[in-house]
Amino acid sequence: MTGRIVAVFGNLVIAESADRVVQNSIAYIARGDGAKLLCEVIRVRGRVADLQVFEETRGLRVGDAVEFRAEMLSATLGPGLLGQIYDGLQNPLPQLAEKAGFFLTPGTYLPGLDGARRWRWTPAVQAGAAVKAGETLGSVPENMFTHKIMVPFGLRGAYKVESVAPAGEYGVEDRIAVLAGDAEARVDVRMAQRWPVKRPLCIARRRLLPAEPLVTRIRIIDAMFPIVRGGTYCIPGPFGAGKTVLQQITSRHAEIDVVIVAACGERAGEVVETIREFPELVDPRTGRSLMERTIIICNTSAMPVAAREASVYTAATLGEYYRQMGLDVLLLADSTSRWAQAMRELSGRLEEIPGDEAFPAYLESRIAAFYERAGQVELPDGATASLTIGGTVSPAGGNFEEPVTQGTLKVVGAFHGLSRARSDARRYPAIDPLDSWSKYTGIMEPERAARMRALLRDGHEVRQMMTVVGEEGTSIDDFARMLKADFFDNVFLQQDAFDAVDAAVPARRQRFMFGKVEAVVDCDFGFQSKDEARKTMVAATDLFRNLNYAAEDGPDYAAILGRIDAFIAQKGRTQ
Amino acid sequence: MRKYYDEIARIAGNVVTVKAGGVGYDELAAVVSDRGTSLAQVIRLEGEYASLQIFAGTQGVSTRDKVRFLGHPMQMPFSEALLGRIFDGSGRPRDGRPEIDAAPIPIGSPAVNPVKRRRPDKMVATGIPMIDVFNSLVESQKLPIFSVAGEPYNELLARVGLQADADIIILGGIGLRHDDYLKFRKTFDDGGVLGRTIMFIHTAADPVVEGLLVPDLCLAVGEQFALQGRRVLALLTDMTAFADALKEIAIIMEQIPSNRGYPGDLYTQLARRYEKAVDLDGAGSMTVLACTTMPGDDVTHPVPDNTGYITEGQFYLRNGRIEPFGSLSRLKQQVNGKTRDDHRAIMNACIQLYALCRESREKRDMGFEMSAWDERLLRYGERFEARIMDLAVNIPLNEALDRCWAILAECFEPVEVGIRESIIAAHWPAAPRAG
Ligand SMILES: Nc1ncnc2c1ncn2[C@@H]1O[C@H](COP(=O)(O)OP(=O)(O)OP(=O)(O)O)[C@@H](O)[C@H]1O
Ligand SMILES: [Mg+2]
Repeated sequence: MTGRIVAVFGNLVIAESADRVVQNSIAYIARGDGAKLLCEVIRVRGRVADLQVFEETRGLRVGDAVEFRAEMLSATLGPGLLGQIYDGLQNPLPQLAEKAGFFLTPGTYLPGLDGARRWRWTPAVQAGAAVKAGETLGSVPENMFTHKIMVPFGLRGAYKVESVAPAGEYGVEDRIAVLAGDAEARVDVRMAQRWPVKRPLCIARRRLLPAEPLVTRIRIIDAMFPIVRGGTYCIPGPFGAGKTVLQQITSRHAEIDVVIVAACGERAGEVVETIREFPELVDPRTGRSLMERTIIICNTSAMPVAAREASVYTAATLGEYYRQMGLDVLLLADSTSRWAQAMRELSGRLEEIPGDEAFPAYLESRIAAFYERAGQVELPDGATASLTIGGTVSPAGGNFEEPVTQGTLKVVGAFHGLSRARSDARRYPAIDPLDSWSKYTGIMEPERAARMRALLRDGHEVRQMMTVVGEEGTSIDDFARMLKADFFDNVFLQQDAFDAVDAAVPARRQRFMFGKVEAVVDCDFGFQSKDEARKTMVAATDLFRNLNYAAEDGPDYAAILGRIDAFIAQKGRTQ
Repeated sequence: MRKYYDEIARIAGNVVTVKAGGVGYDELAAVVSDRGTSLAQVIRLEGEYASLQIFAGTQGVSTRDKVRFLGHPMQMPFSEALLGRIFDGSGRPRDGRPEIDAAPIPIGSPAVNPVKRRRPDKMVATGIPMIDVFNSLVESQKLPIFSVAGEPYNELLARVGLQADADIIILGGIGLRHDDYLKFRKTFDDGGVLGRTIMFIHTAADPVVEGLLVPDLCLAVGEQFALQGRRVLALLTDMTAFADALKEIAIIMEQIPSNRGYPGDLYTQLARRYEKAVDLDGAGSMTVLACTTMPGDDVTHPVPDNTGYITEGQFYLRNGRIEPFGSLSRLKQQVNGKTRDDHRAIMNACIQLYALCRESREKRDMGFEMSAWDERLLRYGERFEARIMDLAVNIPLNEALDRCWAILAECFEPVEVGIRESIIAAHWPAAPRAG
């Protein structure tokens, strides 16, 4: 099926075709110099198709040929995805660099999986077995996982295994089984299969209500605003408040099987940090490099905008694929606002009726559908698996009253709102403990977390009052309560991402610390003066900070802990 | 010989629509009118019609004028001969010397493959403590100065430019006042770097749209030098003028504005320029410092706001000082762990204490009693402002760190500054001078 370009406007190309064109199918435009540019059909009106081009459109001419394909924009799924660095269309960037050098030249595409690599295949079924889409045919080892090779997800109805390849070494494009359907149909199964990225991939008995805490080792999250396996959360915040750093440390320390980092329309330099660091970092849980559990999808801000829109879907699809295998996956998208802006740019070119701030009217439903791809499921074989999605939001002017933040808040299970005031004061992570919320239960009992939240609120109110009545007009009890709130903030909520020990705190140590902090908060110090109160709480803060920096098996830990216990015993005529 | 087209169907703002076939998107054209020839670029193709953005504006263009398509997108001759030269916003010499005779490079190249980027790790010493200690500048960083009219932002830009020790300096002026242009030239001349400087100057007197090309010209030339292994520093001022030119075109093209008249792709447009800052694996680097003036001193204005989301931090210049709050170098942690072991501790402690000092000042200004602690904070704040924040201070990093310790010791007890014991033990000045 071919057509011709009739108009070019930014990354929007309008083409005419004599044949029927399918919405959301892909097409290639033949540029004058022979390069073929990938695009997607995003609107069809009679014989006219609107295409979003995943490349710069420089040099395209009216009359250039367009070749329409039947396939929708799809990802290749199979062993070898882990550790890869892809662009938004699943082109492997290191291989592109080998081929094209420093620049991402338009029209250069490479397969998502390396066909030459061999995998050690072990069949799990025999000829004659009855199978359905998503069921396991066999497996290959991939890093620390058993990578299941599954019946193609798109097959409808019941199939019988006609033949299956014996154990041995195969490439992803080798045939490892032949299935026979009801009719005459024969299906050749390879290790790699394709799935359209914009269609959710979920073959499961049922969806579960997510409730297992996903430990990030970030105290303020795990104890106060927890996330769970299969849940969703968002991190809105003004520029420079720490969204990306928060996601970076989460991608390192989260207790999860697979992490997918979707760098969507943000800085290339930030991805480079991950690309360069992860291979060097050892995941203490597996003893292997962090890169082995990570996939990076990277469509940074200078890369073509339409591919940015595709990148979050590519990332979700890869996440769903590993969930089908029984693993727990965490997808971190930075920033969903850039994805929304890509939709806005296109919508504007299509001259659709704009909504708030020129975003398209379907913005909210797209956001909802994206987060809906997260979830904990019971797979056909009874195993549980999950995909958790966390997205950053970059609201214009740092004002949360804008369409992307609001659309996201309606659908997520936890909200980690970053505040400019906290990041300016270098109180990291700058999650605002008064604004943020989570509908999930984390590693602390909800009542204990709630008590601390109440303390923070009280402390905040006292501080507000004090701006009116001054320190002299504040009672010593109120003043002490404010200092206790500050203490909790300083030694528990704040965490030094760049300190080897403090950066990641296991749940057990968090619970232990929480208890110690509670003990101090519960002390009835009987302060006689505000200066005494301040001095005492400064000393407590100093002790706890030093404990935070001390490794549990290090030389100072026991001594500092001893001093803390002595402090509590001495001051603590506990209420 | 290329064909002339003379069926101009529509003229609106800086955009003309001409009937012409076989034209490439983004291609350049020359519009020949009574006033002479001006450069234009294809920004929309529709059937037989091409819409062109004319960089010199459409004033005086008539439907009888002729359009000649050049068959290529914007390009610039490139060779070593560029060094020491001054060009206008269209890349024509403005120093009265001849055109550069060299093979052209395209303007607006594709993005660098992220895997070909190095992790930036070289600190750029500026001698300004507010930068070196608190927000270290790093080679290949992209960083704007946020400021308002009247602040010495161009002076700061020039000063950093001089001290940064780059192989090549490229200055891009967009809507630059002629005086400022002369000042830059003088500073670079006095500093002895004019011979390795290239300038693309669009002044406030030139047609607005002509300023649109300046960043691209600077960055394309800089990128070429970086590919050759050179360490390039690009200085762009004022990027708000660039954004305003984008806005003008968007309005003429009847695009639906997203925020205060600016087009929805403002983020992408700015990012495509700033992301040219790069440390290339196996070649050179390009650092991009820019000025972004904030209309109405409002950071939430779309231009500074979008810029902040793109760049690797920002320096707020206010009342002649780099503000510690809001100013940020996001690459500082790449370098400040390898300077002195107390660098990070000092950086955090001094700012946290200064924040507390500001709170105490607010309390004082509202007439509240000052506690002993408040008094100490106030004393600290004054000294910190005079001996560290003042832009006149020009000292190396280690001296600045020592000076911070001295100020802390003059004002506080060791447990009060929130620095861990091991670092206090190693650095707390033995005998603090009495305050
Ligand atoms: N947890 C943290 N600990 C220490 N410093 C931090 C932390 N979080 C952020 N920062 C500092 O703030 C800077 C900006 O953080 P980050 O890049 O995460 O911001 P952001 O919210 O992603 O901004 P943008 O929206 O512009 O991308 C970092 O470079 C770092 O200097
Ligand atoms: Mg970020």
